[in-house]
Amino acid sequence: MAPKSHKKLLTQLLLGTAAMFGFGFALVPLYDVFCDITGINGKVDLTPAKYSSTETSNREVKIQFIAVNNESMPWSFKPTQASLRVKLGKTYQTAYWAKNLTANYMVAQAVPSVAPSEAAQYLQKVDCFCFNRQPLNAGEQREMGLAFNVLAGMPEHIKTITLSYTLFDITATSAKDVASNN
Amino acid sequence: MSTGTEQLVESELDTQEAHAHHGPAKGISRWFLTTNHKDIGSMYLWFSLVMFMTGGCMALLIRAELFQPGLQFLEPAFFNQMTTMHGLIMVFGAVMPAFVGLANWMIPMMIGAPDMALPRLNNWSFWILPFAFSIMLMTLFMEGGGPNFGWTFYAPLSTTFAPPSVTYFIFAVHMMGISSIMGAINVIVTILNMRPPGMIMMKLPLFVWTWLITAFLLILVMPVLAGVVTMMLMDIHFGTSFFNAAGGGDPVLFQHIFWFFGHPEVYIMILPAFGIVSEIIPTFARKKLFGYSSMVYATSSIAFLSFIVWAHHMFTVGIPLMGELFFMFATMLIAVPTGVKVFNWVATMFRGSMTFETPMLFAIAFVVLFSIGGFSGLMLAIAPADFQYHDTYFVVAHFHYVLVPGSIFSIMAGVYYWLPKWTGNYYDEKMGRLHFWLSFVGINITFFPMHFVGLAGMPRRVPDYALQFADFNAVSSVGAFLFGFSQLLFIYNVVCCIRKRNQATDRVWEGAHGLEWSVPSPAPYHTFTKPPKVD
Ligand code: HEM
Ligand SMILES: [Cu+2]
Repeated sequence: MAPKSHKKLLTQLLLGTAAMFGFGFALVPLYDVFCDITGINGKVDLTPAKYSSTETSNREVKIQFIAVNNESMPWSFKPTQASLRVKLGKTYQTAYWAKNLTANYMVAQAVPSVAPSEAAQYLQKVDCFCFNRQPLNAGEQREMGLAFNVLAGMPEHIKTITLSYTLFDITATSAKDVASNN
Repeated sequence: MSTGTEQLVESELDTQEAHAHHGPAKGISRWFLTTNHKDIGSMYLWFSLVMFMTGGCMALLIRAELFQPGLQFLEPAFFNQMTTMHGLIMVFGAVMPAFVGLANWMIPMMIGAPDMALPRLNNWSFWILPFAFSIMLMTLFMEGGGPNFGWTFYAPLSTTFAPPSVTYFIFAVHMMGISSIMGAINVIVTILNMRPPGMIMMKLPLFVWTWLITAFLLILVMPVLAGVVTMMLMDIHFGTSFFNAAGGGDPVLFQHIFWFFGHPEVYIMILPAFGIVSEIIPTFARKKLFGYSSMVYATSSIAFLSFIVWAHHMFTVGIPLMGELFFMFATMLIAVPTGVKVFNWVATMFRGSMTFETPMLFAIAFVVLFSIGGFSGLMLAIAPADFQYHDTYFVVAHFHYVLVPGSIFSIMAGVYYWLPKWTGNYYDEKMGRLHFWLSFVGINITFFPMHFVGLAGMPRRVPDYALQFADFNAVSSVGAFLFGFSQLLFIYNVVCCIRKRNQATDRVWEGAHGLEWSVPSPAPYHTFTKPPKVD
């Protein structure tokens, strides 16, 4: 029997394999895009809101602020206000406070998260300490500012929003910048 | 005595195949260099058996520790390595290679092809495996121990908090992934290109059909597994932050990518089993399979659906309500084609003139016990209920019911069914039935009580547990040792069947149909060098 040529099929299958390997990596940006569009996962933009909305309303919601230290991050970290009542569309300012309790220079990064996740896309950050890394010398403390507004279009059934920051120790990965700072 | 037998077999081959210009090469190099699908099939099956026994010993260590509350034999750190290794070895070392071995032996003989389409590739895909698993097992002796993060290796447990040996683990996963992909490519090319005239797709035996679909699943998801371990490697060694929240990554992303691979993977481990059972039941019910084409369509829809249900493993990570609902209903939808298959098997047996030889016993037990696993799967698929069941022994009971009396029983059924064709001898039927009954009783004693402790809240992957779970755990451990040691009977039976002469007929089973039964027993080294006539 003259065997059929396997070359074409083999090439197709190998291409398929390579494409699926690529697809695995494509899932990484796709996942972020998907969360971004749908506001799932409570992921918040790490870039400042481009415009602050002019549309205001008299509706009020409550915002709660939470601070979490990741693993054994040895800083003291808390919000200056536990909660605020805010009018939709208006810009507000508040702050978190952090103190480096160690005897070493350290760099931290705060990562925000919003619950319920549906509210994430309506919470606009005009300015946030989470946009930058936060270096503190041994024993140093600082208030870190946050300016935000809640878009007027937010669904009626959301009455309370929780904004949580987790503080990560990124001293090791920013070692290079430290060297150039000194 | 054995050399005498071999000579006898070979002289027989010569007369049967006038142009059998070369039989197997002599000596050890036969096994290293062979490109013969039967040799490679046998090697896969032996490898799988070794892995099954290795993973089994680990399971018995786990059950010994869990016989009583408190810490008896194992350090908790080592216990974690055992649960991890047991899972990895059983999934990637025992079940998957066993199915590839059966595919190698049977697909060419069932479709009437002389060999697999890409014989050299075939040799490669097998010989990668022993190396991959040696590396994997070696990690147990490295500093910091082997992988201890569960067979699902969730980040950041498997990245930030992993033992240093994780790099070897990643390398081993890459190697066995390559092996599976090469095996899958070979199966697809063989089935699509090597059929003789007249063997149209809708005449393919169901084992061949289910393997074709499995091979496509493998090609679609094994590269994604390779991708996710590559990302781990980069997070660990190259400072990326795919799964590290501090750097803008997301640990939940790991679970999404893993289960995008993981759920189709569990179907990779069950579809060929469906095929085997669909071959065996008609033979011993002496009736044609009920609903052949609905079986093909049901298998295809299960394969398709398996891509859109992955987040049922992640109900508790905090996905939004819409997501919970979507994945809950999509998961339940899979029960429909699965139900079609169970219905067809039962309808095939209905009013058949059944006999209960060992393969049939395993096949019937498969239908019953796999269905129990399917039902507990349905319970887990109810998202609000899963908040209670998740990460408890109920999940352990579920997946062991679909994998042990599911995949493993189907493999045993297949081995007993085709063994006389491979060796030319009947195995000892009495011993086979004894093996079946001990296994059947053993696994039910082992896994059924796990439903109860799971519902009562016993967490999985723990070396110690609260006192109220003690009795059921003791029962489980007894069952596990019963099941484990009965497998020695199986090995003894297989070895005797290879060595003791008890000539099987060509058809082997009175009710058997299909091309594989039209060649002599034992199947000569080369079969269907001339394409058969298919009617
Ligand atoms: C009707 C069909 C099935 C349904 C509805 C189903 C549903 C589920 C669900 C919802 C879970 C997640 C439970 C949890 O972690 O809380 C699960 C876990 C699992 N299922 Fe199934 N399943 C089905 C069939 C199968 C089959 C056929 C296999 C394999 C042969 C399988 C293997 C597994 C495994 C290995 C896990 C546990 C993974 C882990 O966390 O380690 N399932 N199943
Ligand atoms: Cu699943």
